[in-house]
Amino acid sequence: MLIATLVLTLMGLVLGTLLALAARYMAVEDDNPMTGEIEDLLPGSQCGQCGFPGCGPAAEAIANREADVTCCPPGGRALAETLAKMMDIDLSTLGDAAEPQLAVIDETLCTGCTRCFKICPTDAIVGASKQMHVVVNEACTGCEQCMEACPEDCISMTTEEMDLTRWHWHKPEAA
Amino acid sequence: MEYLLLLISTTLVNNIVLVKFLGLCPLMGVSGKLSSAWGMSLATTFVLTLSALLSWLIEHWLLQPLNIEFLRILSFILIIAAVVQFTEISMRKLSPLLHQSLGIFLPLITTNCAVLGVALLNINEHHDLPQSLMFGLGSALGFMIVMVMFAGMRERLEGANVPELFTGTPISLISAGSLSLVFMGFSGMF
Repeated sequence: MLIATLVLTLMGLVLGTLLALAARYMAVEDDNPMTGEIEDLLPGSQCGQCGFPGCGPAAEAIANREADVTCCPPGGRALAETLAKMMDIDLSTLGDAAEPQLAVIDETLCTGCTRCFKICPTDAIVGASKQMHVVVNEACTGCEQCMEACPEDCISMTTEEMDLTRWHWHKPEAA
Repeated sequence: MEYLLLLISTTLVNNIVLVKFLGLCPLMGVSGKLSSAWGMSLATTFVLTLSALLSWLIEHWLLQPLNIEFLRILSFILIIAAVVQFTEISMRKLSPLLHQSLGIFLPLITTNCAVLGVALLNINEHHDLPQSLMFGLGSALGFMIVMVMFAGMRERLEGANVPELFTGTPISLISAGSLSLVFMGFSGMF
């Protein structure tokens, strides 16, 4: 009994150490050190609105300048500005960032089926069974997954109302 | 000569997939495209051969001297998991392209019953070290032959005019069955 435990522990330790060494010596350095930093900034809900399979590939594309810093709708203006500063890009050359979208539940139609908040990747929908659900604006990334889940078609997308944290000057009109 | 015979017999006559029916999940799962079938079978070949060797060493140098053969399955799984992990790490370094296309399937080799099956069969049939190495390599080659053949068949089936009722999985299962029937023809060769 004791021997069996010891042997298994020892094997685990030895194999674990070998793997750790292998991971160190065979480590792959990212082509672009910025990729990790950018991925940390992205929302991380893997919604796919940018056209990439997830935030990881999107970060790689942004770091390699294959995608615009404005490509992430959930991140919105704030993310685009941070990324632009980080990558030394003049944001005004890129045109308007897509407005961040927010899900809104039509209270008169919601039956409280709980499907939308089960599917929400950011837990932005609260509610209970047979109770009306509501979207928490601060957490919603506008990924539209709840729209497909809703059997009553009572979820729609709107743009967020303007407030001081998001306000910015309008672009000058072309003469 | 004896080793050559063992190699041929494990590759064709006692084919691990189509005669012993081990490792059927990658046969169905990864055989959709010829390129991924190649990659998967190469990775499995590496893992299978190495784990057959290591499990033999563990069995005869560790488990038997200490009289703890009841730990066989557990320790073999440990070895296999470590080898798979090592394969993944080194593949990521040496061939990122292959790693990208095989990413999801690599960890699945751990649960590929052919790998554990070969390690256990080696013990059951009292192979010595070179024999178990040949047995592992032969099984891996057999696995590769079947995977590549089956992937080629499935690629052609994509364009074939299959009755609607049989499209997709049914026709794949039927063709796997007839491929197995073909391999049964080798039995009795030795």
